[in-house]
Amino acid sequence: MFIKIIFSFLSVTVLGGLLGLGLAIAAKLLAVKKDERIELIESILPGANCGACGYPGCSGYAEGVVNDGASLTLCTTGGGVVAEKIAEIMGETVEVSSQKMVAQVHCRGTRDTTKYAFDYRGIADCNAMMILYGGDKECKYGCLQGGSCIAVCPVDAIGRDEQNRIWVDKDICISCGKCIDVCPTHVMKWVPYDADYIVACNSVDKGALVRKYCSVGCIGCKICEKKSGEGGFIVENNLAHIDFSKTGDRTAAVTSCPSKCIISTETALPEIIAKKETLEVNDKT
Amino acid sequence: MTYIGIIITFVFINNFILNQFLGLCPFIGVSKNIESAVGMGFAVTFVMAIASLTTWVVYTWILVPLNITFLQTITFILVIAALVQFVEMVIQNISPALYKALGIYLPLITTNCAVLGIAFISVQKRYNALESFVAGFAAGLGFLLAILLMSAIRTKLDFEWIPKPFRGIPIAFVTGGLMALAFMAFDKALLTNLIG
Repeated sequence: MFIKIIFSFLSVTVLGGLLGLGLAIAAKLLAVKKDERIELIESILPGANCGACGYPGCSGYAEGVVNDGASLTLCTTGGGVVAEKIAEIMGETVEVSSQKMVAQVHCRGTRDTTKYAFDYRGIADCNAMMILYGGDKECKYGCLQGGSCIAVCPVDAIGRDEQNRIWVDKDICISCGKCIDVCPTHVMKWVPYDADYIVACNSVDKGALVRKYCSVGCIGCKICEKKSGEGGFIVENNLAHIDFSKTGDRTAAVTSCPSKCIISTETALPEIIAKKETLEVNDKT
Repeated sequence: MTYIGIIITFVFINNFILNQFLGLCPFIGVSKNIESAVGMGFAVTFVMAIASLTTWVVYTWILVPLNITFLQTITFILVIAALVQFVEMVIQNISPALYKALGIYLPLITTNCAVLGIAFISVQKRYNALESFVAGFAAGLGFLLAILLMSAIRTKLDFEWIPKPFRGIPIAFVTGGLMALAFMAFDKALLTNLIG
């Protein structure tokens, strides 16, 4: 009996000791030489792991830069500052614009202002809604309000208000571009972070047609062009947009816009009543 | 029992997940998309095959001669854990591509009950060294089959409307239960029909 206890004790101790020793030796002998630049770059990257660069997470991008010669400017979240730091580590130079871009929804149509062609009942996903006759609104360019951008946003910067309109909080937005990729109508578009106004419409239909189905859509009347030429308003394809490189005053155009679709991005966001937790708007079945 | 018999037994009849209910953690946890499910499946196959062989060696050459087979649980855990660590290091060195495919899953299955289970079953059934290896490999293939089917179903489930209390893990368990029912069709009769 006693000898068995000794045997058990010794065999497990020796086995464990040998395995531990073996692993220690193996770890020394088989150590993989990691490029120290990878860790340096990883420490600079924002660490949001949003995947906008196309690599799996920030560490993946750091490896990509060092090992596969990936472009140094792929990190949209970090923008110019990060790109410059990476270039410093890699001993290269990059040309970057330090302008931070954020995503904004260019549509404010609700059930009160926009006509609906039919009542959509199905899964709450914009791409699924798009398959069904291009969505339930009569306007086929606007925001489908299915909330795919809310679901895909890695930092929870997007939410909806009590009228189901989608808003982006530009101070939380990290410019990863995922919502822009997922949006089937391309109503989610890049605007500079410091843009004061945006034209919140995406419809290129003729003005008379827009008037029929939406009371807050851009009708391409060119009043903004006339009132605020210096502000960079341009009407193309029956739709106004703003050239943000021009810095002239834009308030005249905003006040005179007949459909009031030029909205400020500076004012406080309306109360966001729903974020990721409640993506149930269309789940009525 | 022939080697083909062992393979059929562990892939279909005694499928580790759907019949023995071992290794359910990765089965539910890593079956959200097909790509990671396949990676996990191959990693488990790999680890099970070599773990089954190594534990056979430890059992036959150390535990039996010293007459301390009651220590099999603790020694098997010890050996398997060290082995997986060692294999991970070797793969990282020899083949970075394989390491990328399997690497992240290897530490997850170090002490998985399916891996420990195959070691016990091999010992219980008194397999020889090669039979243990084949049994481990086949059990891994069975795991791969089950997790692959599961992930294929779960990717489809993503597009279906599911009652709210059932979303996510609950519906996965229900699905797993139905799959287990389906696998009950494979029994000893299959084995006798196939290889006599």
